[in-house]
Amino acid sequence: MHEHATPMHHQPAVDSHDQVHIDWKTYRWVALILFVITVSEVWAYYIPAFVATRWFVPTILILGVVKFAIVVMFYMHLKYDAKIFRALFVGPLTIAICILIALLFLFAKLAIRMG
Amino acid sequence: MATAVAHAPEHKHYTSTGLDNTKIAIWAFIGSECFFFASLISTYLIYKGHSLVGPFPHEAWTDPATGQVFKPILNIPVTSFSAFVLLMSSLSMVLAHSAVLRGDVKYSKVWLLATIVMGTMFLCMQAFEFTSFVHEGLTLQRNLFGSTFFVLTGFHGAHVAAGVLWLTTLLFIDLKRGLQPRDAINVDVCALYWHFVDVVWIAIFALVYLIK
Repeated sequence: MHEHATPMHHQPAVDSHDQVHIDWKTYRWVALILFVITVSEVWAYYIPAFVATRWFVPTILILGVVKFAIVVMFYMHLKYDAKIFRALFVGPLTIAICILIALLFLFAKLAIRMG
Repeated sequence: MATAVAHAPEHKHYTSTGLDNTKIAIWAFIGSECFFFASLISTYLIYKGHSLVGPFPHEAWTDPATGQVFKPILNIPVTSFSAFVLLMSSLSMVLAHSAVLRGDVKYSKVWLLATIVMGTMFLCMQAFEFTSFVHEGLTLQRNLFGSTFFVLTGFHGAHVAAGVLWLTTLLFIDLKRGLQPRDAINVDVCALYWHFVDVVWIAIFALVYLIK
């Protein structure tokens, strides 16, 4: 396995084939972080005292969002790739999430307490 | 043969943006898929807790007519393992792409094969899960949970199956003539689809399996 000397914070190179090069070290760290987050999610699920609190759902949602963002940024190279790809993905994703939240309000699955 | 392939003209299709249109197309497709899966996830969440009869995902249920007891149906250990397998398949996919970029024909085959194996493992575990659910009394017609759950996870499984087929064609090409750095865009497009399937599972795993 080739190990490039490029540190994680450096911008990866884009070659003549428009392909983003990210080094093996970064991929390894990303995989490790994803593994740790998945273990944390499942661990949290098996703690009844924590599941009963109001922090359980936000915790699982935040961990899920972090995993989602890490895969999209590093494995799908959206962090380094052309901005138009970001727009093509983030635009529809934002609209889809807004529609999902609106539907949950509409069907009384979410509510805002007034007063 | 290898020389002929090495000197074959490259068929790049650039747009006015200066970017390869294959990549623009796959990102546009992934954007449309966001709507598709959001609609299925919202349907699941809206009908969650509205089933009149069991089995239920996280709670036991006794059928008042027969007295039969149905256990909570979701098998979290199996699903956690399948989620882990799919995450690791994303790692092997980026390593396959990286190997093709380097022109490393040996490791491109190894990592493509590893991704195919892990994708197939995920499908096998989903088939096991579906079969056990049906044996425990949960079918597509049984209740709202069954309908929305099987449609959501079934469509995701169909996407994984399509991804495995796509990867298999890439592996065949690699075995036949070896994937070169100029083929990296084809692997990249497949990788983007594969990672998207992975991120959809991240959402399903959290919203369907873990949140009670």
